Amino acid sequence: MKVLLSWLQEFAPFPSDDPVALGDVMSDLGMAVESIDRIGEGLDGIIVARVLELRRHPDADKIQLVDVDTGDGTALQICCGATNLSVGDTVPLATLGTTMPDGMEIARRKMRGEWSNGMLCSGRELGLGDDHSGILLLDGALELGTPITEALGITPDVLFDLEINPNRPDAMSVAGVARDLAARLGLPFAIPEPQIEELPGDAASMVSVEILDPDLCGRFHARVIEGITIEPSPRHIAERLSALGMRPINNVVDASNYVMLELGAPNHTYDLATLPGGALRVRWARDAEVITTLDGVERTLTAGRDGVITDGSDQAVGIAGVMGGAATEISASTTSVLLECAWWQPMAIARSSKFMGLRSEASARFERGTDPETLDLAARRLAELLAPSGARLVAGSVTVDGDLADRAPVLVRTDRVNRLLGTALDPDTVAALLRPIGFLVESGAAPGEWSVTVPSFRPDTTTETDIIEEIARHHGYSRIPGRLPTSTQTGSLTPLQRDRRVLRQVLVGLGVHEAMPLPFLAPGDLARAGLPAAAVTLSNPLAAEESVLRTSLRPGLLRSIAYNESHRTDGAALFELGRVFAAPVAGQVLPDEREHLAVILAGQPATAAVEILDVLLATLGSPTAIIDQRTVPAGLHPARSATIRVGDTVLGEVGEIDPAVLESFSVRERTAWLQLDIAALLALPHGEHPYRTISRYPSSDLDLAFETPDGVVAASLTEALRVAAGELLVSIELFDVFRGGTVPDGARSLAYRLRLQAPDRTLTDDDVASVVRSATDAAGSLGASLRA
Amino acid sequence: MIDDISRISADAPARVRDADTLDLLRELEAELLGKKGALAEFKKGLAGLDPDGRRAVGAALNQARESISAVIDARREELEAQQRAVVLAAERLDLTETIGRRTRGSVHLVTQTWDRLVDVFVGMGFTVAEGPEVETDWYNFEALNIPAAHPARGMWDTLYVDLGDPETVLLRTHTSPVQIRVMTETPPPIYAVMPGRVYRRDTADATHMPVFHQIEGLVIDRDISFADMAGTLEAFTSAYFGGSIHSRLRPSYFPFTEPSAEYDINCVFCEGAGCRTCSHTGWLELGGCGMVHPNVLRNVGLDGEEWTGFAFGFGLDRLALMRHGVDDIREMYTGDVRFLEQFPS
Repeated sequence: MKVLLSWLQEFAPFPSDDPVALGDVMSDLGMAVESIDRIGEGLDGIIVARVLELRRHPDADKIQLVDVDTGDGTALQICCGATNLSVGDTVPLATLGTTMPDGMEIARRKMRGEWSNGMLCSGRELGLGDDHSGILLLDGALELGTPITEALGITPDVLFDLEINPNRPDAMSVAGVARDLAARLGLPFAIPEPQIEELPGDAASMVSVEILDPDLCGRFHARVIEGITIEPSPRHIAERLSALGMRPINNVVDASNYVMLELGAPNHTYDLATLPGGALRVRWARDAEVITTLDGVERTLTAGRDGVITDGSDQAVGIAGVMGGAATEISASTTSVLLECAWWQPMAIARSSKFMGLRSEASARFERGTDPETLDLAARRLAELLAPSGARLVAGSVTVDGDLADRAPVLVRTDRVNRLLGTALDPDTVAALLRPIGFLVESGAAPGEWSVTVPSFRPDTTTETDIIEEIARHHGYSRIPGRLPTSTQTGSLTPLQRDRRVLRQVLVGLGVHEAMPLPFLAPGDLARAGLPAAAVTLSNPLAAEESVLRTSLRPGLLRSIAYNESHRTDGAALFELGRVFAAPVAGQVLPDEREHLAVILAGQPATAAVEILDVLLATLGSPTAIIDQRTVPAGLHPARSATIRVGDTVLGEVGEIDPAVLESFSVRERTAWLQLDIAALLALPHGEHPYRTISRYPSSDLDLAFETPDGVVAASLTEALRVAAGELLVSIELFDVFRGGTVPDGARSLAYRLRLQAPDRTLTDDDVASVVRSATDAAGSLGASLRA
Repeated sequence: MIDDISRISADAPARVRDADTLDLLRELEAELLGKKGALAEFKKGLAGLDPDGRRAVGAALNQARESISAVIDARREELEAQQRAVVLAAERLDLTETIGRRTRGSVHLVTQTWDRLVDVFVGMGFTVAEGPEVETDWYNFEALNIPAAHPARGMWDTLYVDLGDPETVLLRTHTSPVQIRVMTETPPPIYAVMPGRVYRRDTADATHMPVFHQIEGLVIDRDISFADMAGTLEAFTSAYFGGSIHSRLRPSYFPFTEPSAEYDINCVFCEGAGCRTCSHTGWLELGGCGMVHPNVLRNVGLDGEEWTGFAFGFGLDRLALMRHGVDDIREMYTGDVRFLEQFPS
């Protein structure tokens, strides 16, 4: 909502001297000032001049020398960069000593050796529009030397652009902004009474109104204006409309818009001659009902959504609260007007304009809620604006009511006000804050209680809390001193939140970067990643590429790897901790939403991912996981990947991405992959890290190499040896894998180092020999034999 | 005899100095002090002397042995030090010849900001709650006093999910549904913050992403007032941004709070003096806040006369960008290692 200071001043005596301070008050009242434009400022010293002669600058191609006459008949030399000038043109000249709107000072200066005694101005340099293509050319009839403000009829003014919140329908008008502002500043506010003379007669005999659907229209006020002559509006009206962002059209349309902006009362004018019998009816539209609106578009309406105004033959002549029809539009030949000032059900207009995609200044006001008590005033004000053209209201009016909510008084307890705001306002202060903004405040049943009647222009305000907000707003948010609540709680992270931090820190230490690809996928992405295509989809995606919710972190991270490779970053190591979405489980509405951790390592083998898994599990203190290569997860390398299990619980998957998947994502490098289900992982016992006594007795290392058939996975041999070594085992480590040489095909040598130690004694040779024996037996049962 | 002893003693330092390896020194030591050395010979002769002579020669021998030992010990230390120096020098290593550096990863900028914010609130006594990213219309809108067809729904461009009846399941447009979950699951008093990922039907540009992050706070207790909200936000502001940055509240509108406010802070770049980032206002708009609307309390079964509370929320991504001067939000979401590695912590 834009407002002009001069327009505000028609309702209250606001000071002109400090628009910024005034703007601060508006912002503090919740009408945030987005910009302040000073119209006509900085134009003192700019006068009308005429071009006498144009000469080339001897030393510069892009500057010419212009001799101008400012009225005294003598030539004044100006250096000018514009090329749109001809001899005899009338132009604005900023004389020496002028301070331009942008703050620049005009002084006599030499440009490439030639004196310039001022500056010729473009429209933009004068703060008049955006035109900077050349010097502003003025009406040749202007008297030379006239100040430009006078020549152009510019009245200095200030334009505020305000952001109005949806709960402030009153502030969608100049008068409403003025009321709020005057209340805070303690200035008297009044809406002037229109001074009009009415034509004798009775409008009630010329027009009829029928509200068929009272839930659509709360009040319909109709009047007749006669003696219309369609002509351009007076300049000050056209200028104000332009300043507030509306295009002047003709005196009738402009007066209608002016009243809407000034009083927040949208209205509509019909050419009375096009309405047989002056009859209007209001009802909900019927399905497939068609109307051609003012903008020439034929629109099909929907029952239960759009409202219409019809003529006496039930033909739609307007879409209620949204836009009028073309058939009854004001034309150059219009002489009589039927004026509609109505109050429409806000939700109806909101729905209608939203689904029709038709938003207008009128619908924006109706959907927030207009003032049903201002209809008569709006009509008279409109007539006052049109009076100079000879138009007059015919005496009498028709007012028909539909459903209008009662405005029952609201109980406001001073105690509640103070409890909710943390203030110590006394009851009289509460009343004094409300009265200037139009609230009727009367004594309530008990001391400190008020019975408050909300003004008709504040339909947003219906409850005690709504009114407390108004009290807070006018008291000033900044005057409510802050204090800290005394929490009876202890702040903390949940175990999950702490564990996430641990996982992240471990991965960072291992050289992996956290990435956050978007969770949206294109329809084919899951299949390309080797995953089942079933997924939850969006019903209104912005683009098809963002229409599927990921079921796995894999496609997003593969894309990130491809992005890095294509930017010459090979070997990227990324992880992500994020949600994935599967179809709802039976009986649930929401998708099966899970948190996954995934690690992707470009240029690294599957074992790198397994090593990371081991470090993560060890850090958490989780049980050792089974790397089950018999169950290959979808889309992973069939011979280089595994399902991760602990007991029967599947934790995730580890290995390498299937080369075909890599190719479809344009990833060149071999890529290791680890994915864990966070809930499953953290459901395992973890984080305990019980202390084990460190033995004081010497330990003994035992190196054993086993010729092991390829069909036996190292992990199962490791586990067998661990069990066989029994209580004396402190650690077991696979330190060498060797193929070829004396090892036959189809097998490899796995070399382990076992560290043995007893908690209470020094080991004997028998102890060690016994471990060798049982280890050899255990290996043997797997088909592995001890190498000499 | 004493003269001979004195001569040996006097000659010793020069001979020791001449021994320039540890082996030579060892030989010399044996020659002078060993069992078959020069002084040992004199010791054998002691037996043939009278008590006075024995005492005098004995003393001379002891003195000679001590002084020679001292000289030899000193020389040994010297030679040992020389030898160690040679050995160590041979091990010389150019410490800047580092091949195959250990690499470190990085926590994402959003996570870093998330954790920093959460830590401040945990310090202020808040717990941290989370909720699903796909939500029902009831949690995301209805319960928050935004009924269907409410004009305020236009404040959020919603992405709907193909589940259930049309437009009943959606990607949450804000973290506020977590408030509802917390209030329906936990009896007051509640002091909780709710960080999370949120979604809007927005085309990505330098300042917008369809996916971004918010943190929201909720306090429900007896006699919680607007003043408590102002004080909490001010305390958070100076704890997170530094003591010279303050907050202010301006009237605003949100369907789920009343009174509602915009939460601004002093511009962190110019500290309020006015600069390009803050459009010369000295203030940055951080987010919104307000007293929890009575309808919201009613929707979760709380009595608004007994319990009052406030909620606040703001975007997290912009704080992450501001902290490091990143001017395009899209940079954070490409997974480009050249971006990620710039922010190790």
